[in-house]
Amino acid sequence: MSDITRYTISIYSENNVGLLNRISAIFLKRHIDILSFSTSQSEIQDVFRFVIVVDMTEVSVRKIVQQIEKQVDVIKAFFHTDEETIFQESALYKVKSSSLFEERQIQNIIKESHANIVTVSPVFFVIEKTGFRHETEKLRKDLAPYGLLQFVRSGRISVSKAPMGISEILNNFNNQNKE
Amino acid sequence: MKNKKGLQITGAEAVIRCLLEEGVDLVYGYPGGAIMPIYDEIYKFSDQLYHVLTRHEQGATHAAQGYARTSGRVGVAMATSGPGATNLVTGIADAQIDSTPMVCITGQVASHLLGSDAFQETDIIGISTPVTKWNYQITKASEIPEIMAKAFYIARSGRPGPVLIDITKDAQFELFDFNYKKCSGVRSYQPVPPLQMDQVKQAADAINKAKKPMIIWGQGVILGEAENEFKAFVEKSGIPAAWTILGLSALPTNHPLNVGMVGMHGNYGPNLLTNECDVLIAVGMRFDDRVTGNLSTYAKQAKVIHLEIDPAEISKNVFADYPILGNCKQSLKALISSVNKGVFSDWIALFETHKKTEFDKVIKNDIYPTKEGLTMGEAIASINKYTGGDAVIVTDVGQHQMIACRYAEFIQSKSNVTSGGLGTMGFALPAAIGAKMGAEHRQVVAIIGDGGYQMTIQELGTIFQTKVAVKIVVLNNDYLGMVRQWQQLFFDKRYASTEMTNPDFVTIAKGYQIDAQRVTKREELDQAVKTMIESDKPYFLEVCVEKEDNVFPMIPTGASVSDIRLE
Repeated sequence: MSDITRYTISIYSENNVGLLNRISAIFLKRHIDILSFSTSQSEIQDVFRFVIVVDMTEVSVRKIVQQIEKQVDVIKAFFHTDEETIFQESALYKVKSSSLFEERQIQNIIKESHANIVTVSPVFFVIEKTGFRHETEKLRKDLAPYGLLQFVRSGRISVSKAPMGISEILNNFNNQNKE
Repeated sequence: MKNKKGLQITGAEAVIRCLLEEGVDLVYGYPGGAIMPIYDEIYKFSDQLYHVLTRHEQGATHAAQGYARTSGRVGVAMATSGPGATNLVTGIADAQIDSTPMVCITGQVASHLLGSDAFQETDIIGISTPVTKWNYQITKASEIPEIMAKAFYIARSGRPGPVLIDITKDAQFELFDFNYKKCSGVRSYQPVPPLQMDQVKQAADAINKAKKPMIIWGQGVILGEAENEFKAFVEKSGIPAAWTILGLSALPTNHPLNVGMVGMHGNYGPNLLTNECDVLIAVGMRFDDRVTGNLSTYAKQAKVIHLEIDPAEISKNVFADYPILGNCKQSLKALISSVNKGVFSDWIALFETHKKTEFDKVIKNDIYPTKEGLTMGEAIASINKYTGGDAVIVTDVGQHQMIACRYAEFIQSKSNVTSGGLGTMGFALPAAIGAKMGAEHRQVVAIIGDGGYQMTIQELGTIFQTKVAVKIVVLNNDYLGMVRQWQQLFFDKRYASTEMTNPDFVTIAKGYQIDAQRVTKREELDQAVKTMIESDKPYFLEVCVEKEDNVFPMIPTGASVSDIRLE
């Protein structure tokens, strides 16, 4: 019951300027660390989606999702375990071009990691890798000895295995308003 | 939205027209640079919109709260940008935690100056976000009608709360085609969850099987205007009912099934018996920690039924075996028809027994003291005598608040105005101004401690200017009494910064031309209260009470409701 588990919180919302602040305030008020946070357009026009990763107990995550859903501009919020979602992270690695030619080993690392080379210039090249945390992390460690100029990893993006039914909620609202 | 015969007006005029469309005829506020265009319109519309100039913006919010609580309407407060806006924050936070419908309008620096650290610029949207139900910054006049309509809709619907609308000065000046349409829904917001009859059925089954059921009701009954349904439910089911501090007055004090207050300074019986009942029916209350004490020993033996409008409150503090989501007016109506008529004589007799114990150990000494010094309890009893329980009682925060709520008598709803969740000292004086304006034909008595009184004492100026006939009773013990009580009980009587050297309150009141009187002796009390109640003008009464009296019963912080102390 009180086991700390990794949860992905998914929020569908209106695109309101203050909403990001409002949602982060809910975590701040309860002194909860956000492990990762990403936001983007959702599958529905003018509806935004937040994906937040936290380590919490089920009881606590349920309560915080209720608090999030209570916000006027939030359409619906969910929480899922890793098993209930398909999730990925993206990472970019900027490496000196000289090491690509001087160190043969680096070419094998890229090949084995199934990473993509995004761009190559005389000075640097950029590799992109999408996958689980341990995969992007392994590549970071493997590349480190060759001089990583920059490394950045995105927040988790995730889709749930079960349907979320947002269009239905919005349609119901529209129908109610027609009546 | 079609723009039929649009009318070119300024954003500032639009704000006033929106208020009028929402039926607002009274606002509290304080002018300043960034809201001057709106104030200019207030001047022009002064025959339709009455503006009360409080002496501090905090007073405007508390007055708007008091107005909302007695009238059942949305209170409106206005302030300028910067310090005007930040001064609203305490009242907004109070309204948020006590679910009071309020719309605050703040002026903001012109949009091209946003983020430039301009004069009197502050990020009031950022600051107010955690303490508002909703907030929005308007930078274009064309947004005003839709946003204002939404603000009022959100503030009053579902679980009510405060909304803040920040309007840049350029938007106030801008001309646009005005067209107002009331808001009837927001697609991302479900104010009232639909009633599920299976939830009602299951709860009714549990109630019908109960041998020792108990009801605890909260402000939801009042906010949901469900007093009649609640009374009918209590009477049909025959279940003893106790109240939280904000639920007070929803059921008359002398109702035979009203068994008193729960919580830290509540009554002995309902607190003890919370841990003996087999079914606990919570109606429109949220199991605040001041109600429950230690959660791990709270009503563990009971099946909990929770009637609640806000899904986030279900199982937040106390697990609900049978939640009933919805407006309690509807859910109570549904419950009434599914519960059996009940008689619980033996169980109710237990409340009576505990009541007698509490009377002998506490109440007797509070109300009929034999010692020389006046008690807060006898002052409240005297007020009861002359109001007949028909007054609106506005209280501040501390000992006097607990004593007033314990002993004040009520015969009608919406009569108790207090700062519950936030515990805002300084609430009562401005709230009483609003309470009286929201219930003009009623007697409004503010009962305040000497500490809280001085936090917003400048609102005497508002009373002086508006002539609003509030009755102010300061129960003066020259201490911050509740903190002193804790210092006595838990900090070995180290009275750190709780003793107050007070001014001559009567002289201060008279400076504002408010009739005033001081009582120091028992034999003067009744006559003074009578004079105050019979006055049709504002009146100030200082009652000098025993300095080191304590409020009992008491559940110490972190203790169980069964560990309630009588001394």
